[in-house]
Amino acid sequence: MTTFAVASSEPGLWKQIFNFDSYGDLLALLHNSVIAGAVLGIVGGLISVFVMMRDLPFAVHGISELSFAGAAGALFLGVNVVVGAVTGSVLAAVVIGALGVRARERNSIIGVLMPFGLGLGVLFLSLYKGRSANKFGLLTGQIVAIDTPELSWLIGIGLVVLASLLLMWRPLRFASLDPEVAAARGVPVRLLSPIFMLVLGLAIAASVQVVGALLVLSIVCTPAAAAMRVTASPRATVALSVLFATVAMVGGTLLALGSSIPISPYVTTISFACYVGCRLVGSRRERRTSMRRATEEIAEPVPETAVPAHHP
Amino acid sequence: MTTTSDPVLAVRSASLTLASRTLWSGLDVDVREGEFLAVLGANGSGKTTLLRAVLGLQPLTHGSITVCGRPAQRGSDLIGYVPQERRLEPPAPLRAADLVEMGLDGHRLGPGWFEGRRRRQRVAEILAAVGASELADTPVAKLSGGEQQRVRIAQALATEPRLLLCDEPLLSLDPRHQREVVRLIDDRRRAKGTAILFVTHEINPVLPYVDRVLYLADGRFRIGSVDEVMTSRSLSTLYGARIEVIRIDGRIVVVGVPDHGDGLDSDDGSYATTGSAS
Repeated sequence: MTTFAVASSEPGLWKQIFNFDSYGDLLALLHNSVIAGAVLGIVGGLISVFVMMRDLPFAVHGISELSFAGAAGALFLGVNVVVGAVTGSVLAAVVIGALGVRARERNSIIGVLMPFGLGLGVLFLSLYKGRSANKFGLLTGQIVAIDTPELSWLIGIGLVVLASLLLMWRPLRFASLDPEVAAARGVPVRLLSPIFMLVLGLAIAASVQVVGALLVLSIVCTPAAAAMRVTASPRATVALSVLFATVAMVGGTLLALGSSIPISPYVTTISFACYVGCRLVGSRRERRTSMRRATEEIAEPVPETAVPAHHP
Repeated sequence: MTTTSDPVLAVRSASLTLASRTLWSGLDVDVREGEFLAVLGANGSGKTTLLRAVLGLQPLTHGSITVCGRPAQRGSDLIGYVPQERRLEPPAPLRAADLVEMGLDGHRLGPGWFEGRRRRQRVAEILAAVGASELADTPVAKLSGGEQQRVRIAQALATEPRLLLCDEPLLSLDPRHQREVVRLIDDRRRAKGTAILFVTHEINPVLPYVDRVLYLADGRFRIGSVDEVMTSRSLSTLYGARIEVIRIDGRIVVVGVPDHGDGLDSDDGSYATTGSAS
């Protein structure tokens, strides 16, 4: 009864979230956003595989707050916002990479940097006298901000990240999953770590432009986390991760075009739905294989006993 | 032991001082084709550091190390490396075959997505050689300790190395899997003449296969056959303290090693082994 009342008294709610009026015109006007979404989907899907393998989700969050500070600073100073975002991002990545070699150290450094970055960003935004949509967009994502020069920046950064990742793919994977043997095989494990942080910083700076600093993880962590729930094949993980990230980005952009709401809730919801779906599929499969394994183990011979060495 | 050819591994008057502590000095070691050399010693005696030096990851203070006549160099295809068994966290996109694949060409640049059938065939051959074909598609995180070490050996043998470095590969395995892993390594050196440098703190699981023993302690070392090195007198001299070496049922028990803690569990395998089996 109450829900019905709410729904009828506010007919605009549904329309606010999903609005496809004159969609064709909007699409023509905002097709750049869709391209940006696709670029970020591919980049995010690829890099999130390494973010998961190297256990860096928290670092992603930390870097994105500093990227936000940089972007807000640029907005305040009236310079290129992308340059600001990249500067903040890369600085954070370098500091985290240099000071936080061990996981525990790294987490505390991120924990210290993150609120500082956020505070700095809030300061710059408060001082900024321009349009408030720009302010909010840096935190929660935006579509309108993607004009053509920004798009070329995004695509440029995306290509750099893509090329770097593809070039160092195998050694980086080896170093991430099996560092000891990788070092024995001559992989420069320690050198790859800061290089990857730098590339990660670039990818985050690009993502902040579209999904916003608070929600970067939804395209730079969730897609691979979802993929790894359903497959252990490296290639399938990459393919699924890119698929999830692209669907979330492009799908989120398309849904957000006509509405008055920022892009981020659409992207994060699709991304989250992929994860939940994968978890369900993964746990069902897990149960089946563990049952099979259990029956196999019963059939295995009992290990023979060791010769006892008596001692007092 | 089988040939009189040049040694696969030659360590010449090697010294290593780390943070003003000399791990070993004047070390001369030859490992010949098909030879099984066990490296023993207390924790912190520089066993693992010796492996790192052979891998070219740790520069020596003095002396030289050559592998097949060439100076030790990082990333050499002549060397295979088997690490300790370690659990991988479950959501890691890595199956047994992928681990072997990384051993084969994981150090090369590029994603390597399109190398396709030839490499897959090669990986299958390597896995088959250690009897792990049926594990190929199993996620590494789901392998048992023994299975994981079997796959690790396959990974280490991927480049057909002349020298196999093993860093405590038996640690945390039960006796049956310890025997399986050692037998696998022994088969390999007999079939292909691969030289084995086997770091362990338990001599008993490898005792039937060992040709010679290198025992490191307090910056000094002894090298020779098991009968020469593993005696009360030899180890007492090495440690400068009274050490008892007792042989029971073809096993060696070392008592009294002045190590961290009680001196029973770290240097001698039998107590730890029986402890876990009982």
